[in-house]
Amino acid sequence: MTDAPGDRPGRTSGPRQEEEATGMSKEQIGRFLARQGILIAFVLFIIGFTLANNRFLAPDNIMGVIRSSAILGVMALGVTFVVISGNLDLSVGSMMSFSAIVVLDLHDAIGPGLAIPAMFAMTLALGAFNGFLVGYLKLNSLIVTLGMLSAIHGLTLTYSGGKNMDIADKEGTWFGVFGQGTILGIPVPILIFALLAAILGTVLAKTPFGRKVYAVGGNGVAATFSGIRRARVVFFCYLMSSLCVATAGLMQASRSLGSQNTVGQGLELEVLAAIILGGASLMGGSGTIFKTVIGVLILGFIQNGLLLVGLQFYVQYVVTWIIIILAVWLDIAAKRGRLLSAIA
Amino acid sequence: MAPGTLSKFLKGGAIWGFIVLELIFFSVAGEFLSLSDKAFMDFDNMLLLFKQSAPIGIVAIGMTIIMINGNIDLSVGATFALCGIVLLDSMSWPIFAGLGNWVIPVAWALALLTGILLGALNGLIVWKTGVDAFIVTLGSMLGYRGLVFMYNGEQPTSHLNWTLVDFAEAQFFGLHTPTWFLIVVTAALWYLMNRTVHGRNAFAIGDNREAAINAGIRVGPHMMINFMIIGFLAALSAVVFYSESGSVNPNDGQLYELWAITAVVLGGTKLSGGSGSILATFGGVVAIQLLRKGLGHIGAGTETVNLVIGLILIAVLFLDRQLNIKGKEALRV
Repeated sequence: MTDAPGDRPGRTSGPRQEEEATGMSKEQIGRFLARQGILIAFVLFIIGFTLANNRFLAPDNIMGVIRSSAILGVMALGVTFVVISGNLDLSVGSMMSFSAIVVLDLHDAIGPGLAIPAMFAMTLALGAFNGFLVGYLKLNSLIVTLGMLSAIHGLTLTYSGGKNMDIADKEGTWFGVFGQGTILGIPVPILIFALLAAILGTVLAKTPFGRKVYAVGGNGVAATFSGIRRARVVFFCYLMSSLCVATAGLMQASRSLGSQNTVGQGLELEVLAAIILGGASLMGGSGTIFKTVIGVLILGFIQNGLLLVGLQFYVQYVVTWIIIILAVWLDIAAKRGRLLSAIA
Repeated sequence: MAPGTLSKFLKGGAIWGFIVLELIFFSVAGEFLSLSDKAFMDFDNMLLLFKQSAPIGIVAIGMTIIMINGNIDLSVGATFALCGIVLLDSMSWPIFAGLGNWVIPVAWALALLTGILLGALNGLIVWKTGVDAFIVTLGSMLGYRGLVFMYNGEQPTSHLNWTLVDFAEAQFFGLHTPTWFLIVVTAALWYLMNRTVHGRNAFAIGDNREAAINAGIRVGPHMMINFMIIGFLAALSAVVFYSESGSVNPNDGQLYELWAITAVVLGGTKLSGGSGSILATFGGVVAIQLLRKGLGHIGAGTETVNLVIGLILIAVLFLDRQLNIKGKEALRV
């Protein structure tokens, strides 16, 4: 029954206003539908696309979608921490380009075994710099990471001299395993994504650190007065973000064994779109790893579904736009109890 | 001298001081490092600088009023590209075939109208749904980009009209056409923000939205008007830029919003709204363009520009906070 009336985000809002008048239980149902609206919309999308093209739910297609979302997904996991702590990270896109370029360059110079830890160290240093500026110096995260977006892009171009980076001997290296390999028939990128999601989900939901992240994002002043070191928490959120970015860069580099300087350009905003779709608030204090994974998968499946029914890739941009606005609108409307904002 | 005057002066004049510093630095460094024997402070070079900064500058001026209003617009790059496509494509529409060169003002009007509509759509969503402008325009950044692609696939849209190109490259009273557009836009919006009721209300809304509502200011329409203005300006920027270049790539205008925001922040406008200055943004635009040209002049690669601008942005934020910290006695959190 729960699925039936709330099938589309836009439509649930209509009946909702009547429910308010009639009683508490219906309102609770409405609120539940509004909260879970994105999940319901997701299910309906899947049903719709399956009816349109029966290959949509074929195991290999699903596997393909998750695999191609894995890089975006891994980045989104880290940014989720930053967003819950009440900040933004716009530098992840160019940071990912940086780590892909660096690991490919070092691969030929010092071999993959040393290149990977070296790249992780360099990317973590960038994340630490972000964390220092936002956490300890308390600068505005939007502008700091905007500056870092530009600065890291410049750093990448300086490092590579503007050239594409390629591995010289593509046959004789095991480096491709992170992007192309399979274990027990499951592609390694999916395994990395799932493993990281499980670990970070546990960290966020079950550890004191995770609770501190929520506290800092929910009310920074209250968190400080209750003895949480806000600066340190924010610092580690950015470190977490750069750790995930380094992993994503490794997957990207390993998938194609070569990279452009701009491979991650624009991903920072797609990552945010996925997190918003999952239902996290950009004001901080809410969101979970599970929701972010759902947001990433929604983006991936919409993209894939639209391609399967024969539409061009760019149609997904327009669909994503509509879905983001509706999802957030619905969430806000449920909280304030009326559809339109009270602004005159 | 009243307390605080010095820091206020430092903040207000900082961007101009920075520009002077840049000029001195690049002139001196250019003497030793530059490969060309022309001076950096060459008059033609400076004219070119204003011309080149016009497209971003026009958008940045618009971004200033959006940010003073307490909002942000991430969709300007996509609006820019879409209006560029409308401008160039409409010139080859069969219904305008009989117009001759009169098609130019028609195409301009269509492009500007498109910009106003796209801006109005953003503004309406922000107003009516109450969703934060960051999210709304993040969404429409994707959506409008999708429309750009849907218009002509992945093909570039091209149309060269030589009358138009001549106009765009012309110089009136020594200044290039794009420069005039930038100056007129700066003057008009300065007047709007400092001498009209709309401007005063926009400041009030950005400073404290609750208080503005309680004071009887209609917050929604003001925000929507500001979004229409920035849509119009993004379109105007496209008109200025594509009249000369004559070809739109569907990926054009990416990262435009970020450059515009950088210029605005360099000019000292706060993200939180309620304060800011059109003229300082103009300074920010000039400072960025000066940096680009200057680094090129002393032989640094284009890639260094991104690095330097990013670091300067962070440094400005840091200095601004240090200047502000006195007197506020902020809670140490």
